Amino acid sequence: MNDSGRTPYVLIAPSVVFLLVLFIWPLAETALMALRTPEGAWTGQYIAKMTSDLNFGVALKNTLILVAIVVPLQMVVALAMAMMLQNIGRGRMALLYIWTIPLGVSDLAAGLAWLAIFNDRGYFNSLLSSLGLISGPTSWLSYNNPVALFVCVIVAEIWRATAIVLVILVAGVQMIPKEYNEAAEVFGARPWTRFIRITLPLLKPSLQSALILRTVLAFEVFAVVYALAGRDLPVLVGEAYNWQGAYQNTHVASAYALFILLVSIGTTLVYLRVLRVRRETLS
Amino acid sequence: MKQGSRALVAFAILLAVCWLVPIYLIGISALGPKEAATAWPKSLLPTTFSFDTMGFFLRYTGVWTAVWNSVVVAMLTMVFAVLLGAPAGYALARYDFRGQTVYRVLIVMTRAFPLAILALPLVTRFISVGLYDTQLGVALVHTALALPFSILVSSSLFMGIPRELEEAAWTLGCTRVQAFMKVVLPLALPGMAATMIFSFVISWNEVFSASVLTLNNRTLTAFLFASLEESPLHFRYAGGFFLILPSLIFIFVVRKYLFSMWGISNR
Repeated sequence: MNDSGRTPYVLIAPSVVFLLVLFIWPLAETALMALRTPEGAWTGQYIAKMTSDLNFGVALKNTLILVAIVVPLQMVVALAMAMMLQNIGRGRMALLYIWTIPLGVSDLAAGLAWLAIFNDRGYFNSLLSSLGLISGPTSWLSYNNPVALFVCVIVAEIWRATAIVLVILVAGVQMIPKEYNEAAEVFGARPWTRFIRITLPLLKPSLQSALILRTVLAFEVFAVVYALAGRDLPVLVGEAYNWQGAYQNTHVASAYALFILLVSIGTTLVYLRVLRVRRETLS
Repeated sequence: MKQGSRALVAFAILLAVCWLVPIYLIGISALGPKEAATAWPKSLLPTTFSFDTMGFFLRYTGVWTAVWNSVVVAMLTMVFAVLLGAPAGYALARYDFRGQTVYRVLIVMTRAFPLAILALPLVTRFISVGLYDTQLGVALVHTALALPFSILVSSSLFMGIPRELEEAAWTLGCTRVQAFMKVVLPLALPGMAATMIFSFVISWNEVFSASVLTLNNRTLTAFLFASLEESPLHFRYAGGFFLILPSLIFIFVVRKYLFSMWGISNR
């Protein structure tokens, strides 16, 4: 047992080295690429080039709109699903499996599935046409109709990425002792009261981690948008991709990456702060 | 009350049907004739079954190479993630060591970052060390995505296996390594397999870093993404469906572990 002092370090060492090389180092490198010229002089020119680009404002606005609408909707849908599951006995596993299928579906594939539905000759228009609501193929997925375009992307995103929130919430619900709810029921608390007073407060840690994880991922929205809208709906990660690939400028691409990183971290910190304050006022 | 719960079940089933609709529709698009992709108006029921569309997709130049690349990258990711993650998970589960908190913070921190974006600065370095446009290069970045998950889940798996079993093996003359191989590993195996499958899916589905890090050796997602603008609709449907198929099976296989995995890895 003498060597047990060293053993854990030997066991974690490979993963530490790996994370240093492929996580911490690229993180630093992103910042350096965005803020330094190839010669090593500090510069703001790449940041300036990014912010003065016509698409920057549009991409930022689009991404923020998507995050602001998609994430809260996903939290509500996932919470509703988790509550339904709590009250369903038979067939619970089947429902869970179906609702979590999108967890294994690539964002690109999800975008393509919804493209089959929303394109001008797609299934959605066929349905509308058979109901007599439209007379021929109508285009929803173009910049001429920004609201429709946003709605299509939002629907696809809700389908694709609610599962991750659901899984976290279901795991959280399982950790709530059954006795609390049973006791409340004995004292005559109605389902809604039990939900507000017992389930929701006890689920707060799960809600918080789901919210953070989902928001960070939502800022990465990219392939779904491209599959559905092409370049008609610029988003931040898409711009980073364009600067890297089409415009061959890694520095501006890194500036985008740095910007996305900072926005993600900023949001996470805000969440942690806001949710903690609420928890203190509760107790 | 009875009526209420019946309405609840009905609503849940309706929601489940809605959840299946996109997969069903891309499925009948991919398994129908090529012309059906642009037909108008479309029928919501499958009309004619045809392997035309899928056949066209699979015979298209470069698709099989891309599929092969995706499989190799995903296998490598799976192996790397478990080889690096399982020992670390074991250390977290069985030892108290200084720096444990820092290590946990490092892992949890990866969650606050959009990791795939970190592939951007790697491009230049990968070119200079010969990893750019290789399966290994993409697999390394995908391992970074899967590793935190693999560490936390295997740690929870090992924690679920009573320490006493291992100690009994020691007293019966096993070395630590033998005890691990003969007692702990068999018990942890199903969960480890589920974790590995999940790492595979993470890699199989990843678009951004695979697109950025490859040029000729595209993975399937990168290949499809790069050809989005010029490929015909039926090609895209077939590609999307081909991407979804393995995921359906994988999620089915790991469904039992999904909740314990995520519940614990997010505590």
